Amino acid sequence: MPSVRLGSGPAARIDVRKTYKLYIGGAFPRTESGRTYLVETPGGDPLANACQASRKDLREAVRAARKAFEPWAARSAMNRGQILYRVAELMEGRREQFVAEISAGEGVNAARARDSVDRAIDRWVWYAGWSDKLGQVLGSSNPVAGSYFNFTIPEPTGVVGIVAPERSSLLGLVSRLAPALVGGNVTVVVASEARPLAAVTLTEVLATSDVPGGVVNLLTGRKAELVPVLAAHVDVDAIDTWGIPPASQADVESSAADSIKRIARRPRGVVDDRFDWTDDRAAQRPEWIAAFLEMKTVWHPIGA
Amino acid sequence: MTTETEPGTPDSAATEPTSSLEPVARGTEPTSSTGGPNRSEAPNSWGLGDGQAIPWEYAPAPESRDVVKLKSRYGLFIGGREVAASGGATFITIDPSTELPLAEVARATEADVDKAVRSARRATGKSWGQLPGRERAKYLFRIARILQERSREFAVLESMDSGKPIKESRDVDIPLAAAHFWYYAGWADKLEYAFPGRIAKPRGVAAQVIPWNFPLLMLSWKIAPALAAGNTVVLKPASTTPLTALLFADVCRQADLPAGVVNIVTGPGEIGMALVRHEGVDKVAFTGSTAVGKLIAKGIAGQGKGLTLELGGKAANIVFDDAPLDQAVEGIVNGIYFNQGEVCCAGSRLLVQESIAGPLIDKLKDRLATIRVGDPLDKNTDVGAINSKAQLDKITELVASGVAEGADLYQPACDLPERGFFFRPTLFTNVAQSHRIAREEIFGPVLSTLTFRTPEEAIEKANNTPYGLSAGIWTDKGSRILMMAQRLRAGVIWANTFNKFDPASPFGGYKESGYGREGGLHGLLAYVRLEDR
Repeated sequence: MPSVRLGSGPAARIDVRKTYKLYIGGAFPRTESGRTYLVETPGGDPLANACQASRKDLREAVRAARKAFEPWAARSAMNRGQILYRVAELMEGRREQFVAEISAGEGVNAARARDSVDRAIDRWVWYAGWSDKLGQVLGSSNPVAGSYFNFTIPEPTGVVGIVAPERSSLLGLVSRLAPALVGGNVTVVVASEARPLAAVTLTEVLATSDVPGGVVNLLTGRKAELVPVLAAHVDVDAIDTWGIPPASQADVESSAADSIKRIARRPRGVVDDRFDWTDDRAAQRPEWIAAFLEMKTVWHPIGA
Repeated sequence: MTTETEPGTPDSAATEPTSSLEPVARGTEPTSSTGGPNRSEAPNSWGLGDGQAIPWEYAPAPESRDVVKLKSRYGLFIGGREVAASGGATFITIDPSTELPLAEVARATEADVDKAVRSARRATGKSWGQLPGRERAKYLFRIARILQERSREFAVLESMDSGKPIKESRDVDIPLAAAHFWYYAGWADKLEYAFPGRIAKPRGVAAQVIPWNFPLLMLSWKIAPALAAGNTVVLKPASTTPLTALLFADVCRQADLPAGVVNIVTGPGEIGMALVRHEGVDKVAFTGSTAVGKLIAKGIAGQGKGLTLELGGKAANIVFDDAPLDQAVEGIVNGIYFNQGEVCCAGSRLLVQESIAGPLIDKLKDRLATIRVGDPLDKNTDVGAINSKAQLDKITELVASGVAEGADLYQPACDLPERGFFFRPTLFTNVAQSHRIAREEIFGPVLSTLTFRTPEEAIEKANNTPYGLSAGIWTDKGSRILMMAQRLRAGVIWANTFNKFDPASPFGGYKESGYGREGGLHGLLAYVRLEDR
């Protein structure tokens, strides 16, 4: 099986192939289930074995995320912005690897793969800059009757489950992940099932950036197996359903209702497979940050 | 209260705390200077023994019911007209303070729901959807004005149908309802300034299901922002409190609101479910219990509708040792006994710093003795009737569980009316976090007291609940207020006050208390679709 090639070395040299693992709590475990599945190009050529994560892996990921929530949410806005910006910095250094994985995994030519990596990097930069503006754009001070200073500020929702877009393996994922993180949430991501390789490489970037372990946890495997567990998990506060098949939307939302999860879904009429993630106007929006924010209103007394 | 005693000569029968269940001894030994080995003989800050009825009597001060012209039968409000339910069925709404019927109300069928949604859909076209914002604004201002003009009528009717004290319906519910219409009226022609970089379009038809604890106020929280943003609505009031919503239909007529912009269907919960699931509905808003909120979220799963939920709560009211105690006692009382405790954001868990628990509980018990329970229409009444028999049974059952699980129950000695659904203001001490009365929403005048030593412990206990609607903080220290406000996982934080509402102030929950906000600019967001400029 040819691994994703990072350019061609001397003919005599044998590649050191990468093992694609899960990312949980800042570590790279294999799935506890010992299962893998074969990742192929759209043309059916084998690319790599990916971990087929289990329900138990998912529960571990939620536990790791919950543990990471308070300290991540407590970071100052500018600090969080700098940390996300650094993800962009480090992605630049891995550009060729991402391009190779995307062109192989998505079956697109190098130019298109390069464009989507560029935009993924720029997307981190765009969202990073929001961290210290959210409070001003989305918050308010409210003119109430009575002697109170009344203000409303956004706060993170908590543990956000993200079902990544299926087709756009890196740009789609970053476009859903960055808005959840910049608001101070922690995440459990189920990567694109058919195209998980670039997502795993992104976790290697995250692990060497300043994003604390547990803030992003990423599983590869069967969405049909993992998503119902994610939707039903009572310690998951919100779920991004972008990457689920339309046929399971009702089941996922129904299951999520049991713990009043916040649900983010594709806009009406948008089909995952046809959404253009390179359209910056449509694919990066402050509303997507707000989808995982809670508004807190404080009545503070005024008096001598 | 009808204790026939002279001032200063308390009736011996009233010197012991009484209980609707069984007499229970005090759980907290008095530690204040007013306490003593035999506390029932010691004077307290009111000059009374502990827990006894106050030794003076108020003359009855009933608000006149004449201002309300009750009809014997009310229809549905669809397409600007009052119509009978298609099946012809009706149900009775009663006065919970007397258990006597007030009126017969149409019981809508699914066919009526369909008619109402179609009527609302038609109105999204020319009569409302294409009306300029400045004209919509004027209709909403008109409604606000008419509510102000007819406020006494609404207040009396609200108290009759819901059981809440007239002083609350008169001073809180109705003025706030009018204020909500006033606030959102001003947004109707300013939507382009509300969401920078976006065009705010109406969502279409809003299905709105509201609870029985603040009938008209919840109607205003739902209808005012919906209409301001250019939506039309079908609203279902609670089946025990439909009358002020049906009187509001008359306000719509007086305001010449175009037909179909507001439709009101009455009936049981299943009609609410049929309404929210209707395929002609674009947006659903629900206020009520967390259990029903989950059913509604499930009921519309996969339908792609916008949903906002304002659900239950189990709010912590946290009192630090530097709090102004007398002010805190008033706030605690207002937090849990306001509207008989039938408030989603009620401060039902009192968290007291251990060092002041004794004196605070003593003061609280003294204050409880002065609370007047009885006729909701009496202007001196503090705690009126519980809204329904079912709710009274639920409160009674949960209070019994508190006793059974080992918490100490205290209730002031006060007579309850012989008819109607009444419950004594109740205070539990020695409550553990595991007790049902510390975990479950009681939705009644029942306060559960826990203690803490450090701010850290207070935060942990306060957040130890699936709910997250509101919280209270009592301290003299501004920096501590803001630190606590930051750490509490709840949507509304009151500092040195409780149960304050304002149309400009966003309200709504974290966690299982729901999502979405009502009030303020944030309340508008739920009723718009944002398009790119």
